[in-house]
This record gives sequence, structure tokens and C-alpha cells, in this order.
Amino acid sequence: MKKKQLKVDPIKTGTVIDHITAGKALQVAEILNISNSESEIMVGINLYSKKMGKKDIIKIENRELSEEEAGSIALISPTATLIIIENYKVVRKFFIDVPEKIKHHIICPNPNCITNIESVPTLFFLAGKNPVEVRCSYCEKKYFIEDVKFSF
Amino acid sequence: MKNLISMRDISKEDILKLIDSANKIETGKIKVDMSGKLAALLFFEPSTRTHFSFETAVKKLGGNTFSMSGTSSTSVKKGETLSDTLMTISMYVDIIIIRHIIEGAARFASETVNIPVINAGDGTNQHPTQAMLDLYSIQKTQGSLNNLTVGMVGDLRLGRTVHSLAQALSDFNPTFYFASPRHLQMPAYIKDDLKAKNIKFTELEDIKEVMHTLDIMYVTRIQKERFAVLEDYEKVKDSYIITKKLLEGVKKNFKVLHPLPRVNEITKDVDDTEYAYYFQQARNGVFMRQAIIAELLNLEKH
Repeated sequence: MKKKQLKVDPIKTGTVIDHITAGKALQVAEILNISNSESEIMVGINLYSKKMGKKDIIKIENRELSEEEAGSIALISPTATLIIIENYKVVRKFFIDVPEKIKHHIICPNPNCITNIESVPTLFFLAGKNPVEVRCSYCEKKYFIEDVKFSF
Repeated sequence: MKNLISMRDISKEDILKLIDSANKIETGKIKVDMSGKLAALLFFEPSTRTHFSFETAVKKLGGNTFSMSGTSSTSVKKGETLSDTLMTISMYVDIIIIRHIIEGAARFASETVNIPVINAGDGTNQHPTQAMLDLYSIQKTQGSLNNLTVGMVGDLRLGRTVHSLAQALSDFNPTFYFASPRHLQMPAYIKDDLKAKNIKFTELEDIKEVMHTLDIMYVTRIQKERFAVLEDYEKVKDSYIITKKLLEGVKKNFKVLHPLPRVNEITKDVDDTEYAYYFQQARNGVFMRQAIIAELLNLEKH
């Protein structure tokens, strides 16, 4: 029997975030502030993927992502790809680069870091790609991306 | 250079330029005039030695200082934010020298005020003027920073000075030996940086076997309170004490450096040898800090 691939309806126009690390879709959804969105949104978790075994996917009608949003997604799931859909057709498909500089969104895990004491937005620099590591520009401590918390 | 916050911000060229100007200040080849200018020494975390060194540097340049030590008598105690304290003080002075127990406080200060800021130590993070004076001491004793064999001994895990120095020297093709008790080894992130730059380093528990190859030995204090079990401390403490006897057979140019204060990790009999350099090292700190202040304030040199 032919394996049924398409479990989620296609969208007419909008963005598909594909190949999200399995289990990370809800975190990505949080970045995109989906709960306050009027758009039609489909979230798939633990879907079958030839490449990855399991993956998550998010489809959003009528929405383009900002560069900053895309960068934040890459932090959470470096494998994610963005697919831009217009009139049911793929017009662009690309990997997202992890940004070199991340403003605001990472909370520094170091309790003795100034960013946890004075009201100052955090700034992190990319310090390693595989696995993703980031360095706080203030306390200069380096962390694996899995070990940091985000605020969006 | 506008501020001196972290050795990460400083290029090899900056390092060489500051060493050159420290040397010219020390030998009297240039005179720098800071008269009419005021430095605020904000030691939120008290540190007598660094405080005195900066104060000496400013005064020898002809400048003036005002000081704060600890937070008990300040607005900090009344609940003022650090940024308000800094902004206010920056209205009075030409340069801020800050030491704080909070990591990143100096970088934050430099982003808050419009005058130059020098980091005089931020928690376990950076102490760039110490690293610079260490480099100046190495340059003076070895004639160069290039291709040296450097042993670092003691608490390498928490010793901020050895971290900065290892990173700063890594632009000059060193060979490192790191001797420490097992649980006080150089942290992984420093070793990763060194590996990425292809720097040769070896970790040992005893420095004895490589003494004859060293140009510089940098000693730090092993603090008893770092050990959970006192027996462990008793077991290792003597392997990290530098004695005159240990120095037999070292190279002629060999020098012992130490950021001070020392407790017992270098015995008194080493002081009288030609290898002891830690007090001159402290003296070099004044010239280096003069050079840094002159550079940041763009002071006229004659």
C-alpha cells in the first residue's frame, strides 16, 4: 500500500516551517506568538520524515516571517527549513542560518550576570555551530543552546 | 580604544602598542600629562592591591582620583541602580575604573556612560589590566612574547588571571603546561579556545618534570576553601608549593610570576633568587595602567 505522506492540508499562501526538530514545534509556535494570531495555523508534531525519522512542522496562512523570527527559529531548531507558498506553489525554500548575534531573546543562565540584575537587554554571540553554542556578551560565559531559556 | 573591558576585545596590535607605551613611560622616553583630569575608582568589590595600583598610576600621571570602596556607604545601599550611580559619577570625572563582583558590570558601565571605562575585575570574568601587566612583565623578562614555554601552576579552574593570560598569549605561539590538582584544571572553554588556535598544551599534576623547559612559571594560590574534603587539600597542597630547590636547573631566562597576594605557594627563599619576579611584576602594573589610561584618555605624550 502506498504510504500516505500528506497528513496536513496544504496552504494557499503563507509560510511552512518544515524539518523542525521533533518536539520543538510548540517552542517555535511561542516565538511566532501563534496563540494571538488570527491566521489559520497547522501544527504537526512527530510526523514521519525520510530525512529525520521524526519531525515537526508548522504551516501558517498569510504570514511572512521577519529575519529576526527566522533567526530565533534556527536557534531552537537548526535543521528547520522555510518554505514560502504562493497560490499552493512553493516559491522559495531555504535553510535558516543561526544568527551571529542574538538580541533580547536569550536569558543568561548565569545568576551573577549583570543582565539578571540591572534592566539591560541581553546580547549573545554565536560561539559554536554543531552543536549550537552562544556566549553572553556581558559575563562572557558560553552555553549550549539546550541549556538556555528564551523570552519572546 | 575607547574602553578596556575584556581581553577578547583587544587585538595583538593593541597589546603590542600598550606594551610599547608602558615601556616608554617606565624609561622616561615619554611624559604623559593627566593634570586637571579626574578618575573615579569605583571598587564596589574592595581590592586593596588593584586599587592602590590604579591610584598610583593616576597620580604619577599628574591626575587626581576619588574613590569608593565597598557598597555600604553609597547610594547602592539606598537602592539606586548601578546605571544611575554610574551616570551621576560620569558627570563629575573623565574616566571610570570599576571593579564589581557582578560579571558583565564593566561592559554594562561602558555602555551606560559617555566617558572611558576600565574594567578592574568583574566577578570571575575578566581582569584585563592584570593580563596586560602580566604580558608586559613577560615581554620585559624574555625580550619577546613569541614562542615561549609557559607553565601555569595552582588553581587553574577559578583563577581568572590564568584564563586571561592563556588567551592573551595564544596570539604569540606559546607552549603551555598546566599543572593543577585534578578538580582545579583549566576549564574546558579555555582549552577549546586554545585547541581552535592550534596551541600546544599539556595538563599535568606535577610541574617538576618540565621545570627545565620553562621560560615563565605563573603561580596562583590554591585556596583551602575550594576543597570539599580537607584531606584532599592536605594531599595536594605541597605539590604546588614552589621552593628554591624546585628551581635548580631551570633556564637562565626563567622567571616566576604571581598575581599576588601569595600565602605559602612560593616559599620565602625563592624571593632572593634571580628567578623571582612577582614584586617587579606588581611595579610593572603601575606603568601598564598609566599606559592604558593615557591611551583611553588620548593624553598628550611629550
